[in-house]
Amino acid sequence: MSRFHRKHSLQSLNPKKTEPAAGLYIHVPFCASKCPYCDFFSVTATDMIDSWLEALCRELDLYREQFPRFETVYLGGGTPSLLSDQQLGSLMEYVRRSISILDGAECTIEVNPDDVSREKAGLLRDLGFNRLSIGVQSFNDRLLSLLQRRHTALQACEAVAHAATAGFDSISLDLMFGLPGQDWEAELAQAVAFQPGHLSCYQLTIKPGTPFHALQQSGEFEIASEETLVQLFMLTDSILDDAGYAHYEVSNFARGIEYEARHNSRYWQHLPYLGLGPSAHSFDGRTRWWNTASLPEYCQSLAKGSPVVGRETLTPEQLRLERLMLGMRTQRGIAREDVSADVSVLERLERAGLVVVHDARVVPTARGMLFADRLPLVLE
Amino acid sequence: MSSMRHIRNFSIIAHIDHGKSTLADRLIQSSGLVSDRDFHNQLLDNMDLEQERGITIKSQTIALPYTGPDKQKYVLNLIDTPGHVDFSYEVSRALASCEGVLLLVDAAQGVEAQTLANLYAAMEHDLTIIPVINKIDLPAADIERVKEEIDAELGLDSDKALLCSAKDGIGIEEVFEAVIERLPPPIGDLAAPLQALIFDANYDQFRGTVVSCRVFNGSLRAGDTIRFMSNQATYRVEEVGVFRLKLEKRQVLSAGEVGYIIAGIKTVADTRVGDTITLDDNPAAKVVGDFKEPKSMVFSSVYPIAADDYPGLVDALEKYKLNDAALNYQKDSSAALGQGFRCGFLGLLHLEIVQERMEREHNQAIIMTAPSVQYKFILKDGSELTIENPQYYPDPMAIETAFEPYVRINIIIPERYMGAVMKLCTDRRGSNSRFNYPSPKRIEINFDMPLAEIIYDFYDRLKSITQGYGSFDYEYMDHRPGDLVKIEMMVNHEKVDALSFISHRDNSRPRALQYCERLKEEIPRQMFKIIIQGSIGGSVIARSTINPFRKDVTAKCYGGDISRKRKLLEKQKKGKDRMKMVGNVQIPQKAFVAILKSEKD
Repeated sequence: MSRFHRKHSLQSLNPKKTEPAAGLYIHVPFCASKCPYCDFFSVTATDMIDSWLEALCRELDLYREQFPRFETVYLGGGTPSLLSDQQLGSLMEYVRRSISILDGAECTIEVNPDDVSREKAGLLRDLGFNRLSIGVQSFNDRLLSLLQRRHTALQACEAVAHAATAGFDSISLDLMFGLPGQDWEAELAQAVAFQPGHLSCYQLTIKPGTPFHALQQSGEFEIASEETLVQLFMLTDSILDDAGYAHYEVSNFARGIEYEARHNSRYWQHLPYLGLGPSAHSFDGRTRWWNTASLPEYCQSLAKGSPVVGRETLTPEQLRLERLMLGMRTQRGIAREDVSADVSVLERLERAGLVVVHDARVVPTARGMLFADRLPLVLE
Repeated sequence: MSSMRHIRNFSIIAHIDHGKSTLADRLIQSSGLVSDRDFHNQLLDNMDLEQERGITIKSQTIALPYTGPDKQKYVLNLIDTPGHVDFSYEVSRALASCEGVLLLVDAAQGVEAQTLANLYAAMEHDLTIIPVINKIDLPAADIERVKEEIDAELGLDSDKALLCSAKDGIGIEEVFEAVIERLPPPIGDLAAPLQALIFDANYDQFRGTVVSCRVFNGSLRAGDTIRFMSNQATYRVEEVGVFRLKLEKRQVLSAGEVGYIIAGIKTVADTRVGDTITLDDNPAAKVVGDFKEPKSMVFSSVYPIAADDYPGLVDALEKYKLNDAALNYQKDSSAALGQGFRCGFLGLLHLEIVQERMEREHNQAIIMTAPSVQYKFILKDGSELTIENPQYYPDPMAIETAFEPYVRINIIIPERYMGAVMKLCTDRRGSNSRFNYPSPKRIEINFDMPLAEIIYDFYDRLKSITQGYGSFDYEYMDHRPGDLVKIEMMVNHEKVDALSFISHRDNSRPRALQYCERLKEEIPRQMFKIIIQGSIGGSVIARSTINPFRKDVTAKCYGGDISRKRKLLEKQKKGKDRMKMVGNVQIPQKAFVAILKSEKD
């Protein structure tokens, strides 16, 4: 926890102690260029950053009463590291002035390797960030160029080194598997060599509307078969297990519980979070709402009111369904009482090696996580 | 009461999509019965289902007021006809109630298969035929060519063909005038005993059964006691009237008129289309035309998807039956599907209509099993057995002779499709072929064919090989001996009685294979391997395998993904509700009738 952080939390407003602390997500919808596989909301119009920043501060004001205290902060995107030092500084200053960030809070920022200089890493530490999520994607230059990333493998390594030097002891690396001609074992070995606290390993997913989808449709791009992807997934589980990483979520691995992504875990555990910025979602435990995905609309709406375009209050049944859906993605699993399927169904899944039942919880195995989208329907 | 001189009774007949409904709407609109503002498109086809399928199932009749060029007031009764082979008897009763028809021909498409079939039907009833060339507004309209076809192929005087565009309201007045001038008024004897032909009946939840009829002789008023000549049932008439947009009460219905009767008749099933109504105290000696009981040709079992929906199904079937005399049903049960009903239908379209209406109008999630026909057996002990459900197929060792129903099929096609149609018919065990040449370039083919061969996608195949130019009709002949076998279907080695079917031995293997393949397409991949097998007497003759999926997981699920993912899950859950668990396999509703789906060309 940085000095900076502690100093500022003393000055914060007097929060209502009754409100439990929440997670704060800030969506930075800017990228220097769009990656051909990504369907997250972002734009390359960096000249709009200042308007966005202004609107974001207005949006935060709207929630000061409802969400006074936070135990996690997460700057995601887009590419948050694209913001200038000054923009990042004024954003964080406003955040700290408006709400309270608890002692010991996890403060994460997503960065692109090519944005992480030694100076930048130091600045991020000074701004109070204590966790860095680095978008490495691959340690192979050919694959990085296929993915149209702006960095090289060497830059990725340098970024990790700068982060460590700057004092980030919680570092997470994002990697992708299932790429054409990829030596995934070698990539994993290289990642593990840095001994990061956390690894996110995503299967390349071709989403409709992305340039990769078009390439795949036209046959120019061949993605791995279902069978190969299953093997890669299981291989990842076993290699990282040997290296001391727990497979605590479908795509996430931590070298000890203290390195698990606390902010993201809030999503999976149904804990409240406030999402700011275009397309961001928020949740208070019962109701979820979301903002317009259009940056101009987002900025305009905050000049006069709210950017919220959708809202739903979950019924107990919907909450249960989400618990099943989220639980089957994580090592926490689900409460036995949330399962309404016959006991024979559970036994069958256990025999098939997909779940383990213990301490009144049903927990997916690594193989079970491969069916995370299906098991809720079976257990429901 | 209108004098007969001022009445015209007519139908519009046409090949599908040649504009029958549009012309009917336009006539209603132009008659001033309905204001333009209230004008509801395709008024006659008032059920959703019919609008979607573009065919008329239950006919709607309407009396149009019209003032002629002679300043006389006329009543023009437009009698709508259903448009499918399953309902050919209903069509014939509607036509029997008319003196003439408008035979509609599309100005671009010209004469087509059903144009001809419709013409024959009208000629059978000695109706006056007015050819009408519709859609003359189309850029592709070729009036001269169509006139030549009317001359050459229909043998009608094309100089007398009317030209109109129902869509644009062109030539509508000429249609009205031709109806008055060219169609004869009805002839009847007001003083003779009552003879009224039932051509339709509908159930109204407030009024009970509303019988549509054409009065041929005599007259009828409220308070009269009527008798149905087929079963001698008597009813006291509460009300008579004519069809406007709503029922319009009249003092009397007389010879020549078309109207309705309300007589405390509880359900539509108590009436018979084609029956003759007379007066109890002064009965007619003869019926009008020939009366035929509706005959169930195709049988299928209906089960609720959720077993606890059975009472709901009972209720829905009872309500549905109020308005569909042709549906027969009785209790049935299946090891795989629980309590349900065995239903008899006029044909496959009738079956599909019942299925869709049960779901839509009565909100029932149902499974229908593979349709079957009625088989008869003489057993070795000399006893006889009739079954409509493969489940009750007797022990093969006990069978002396098995009989299956045969129909006479009638197909009219352009000559160029003859080879393909002949092959289809002989593949389907057609025999005793006969040919006619009703007009140049057209051929009429008759075959004797097992009905079972028709219910397996025959009509779809015929339509596909003749590109829609084939007209098709069939009529029950008799039951004939056949070498039959029962094929059991098994899903993961568990017998599913609701999927079993009866086939001729020669076709059993290809048909079982086809069913295995269809089921493979219909049953979604699951987390484990699914083996589908067809067997005769325990030996497997066909098999297919559905491989399990190896993974089903998305890589990312963060704050913004959760609602979307849950909604997808809810949707899948709904889909799951529409599946039936058989053992540990989820079988979707439509898999049960998958065997009927057309083979892929």
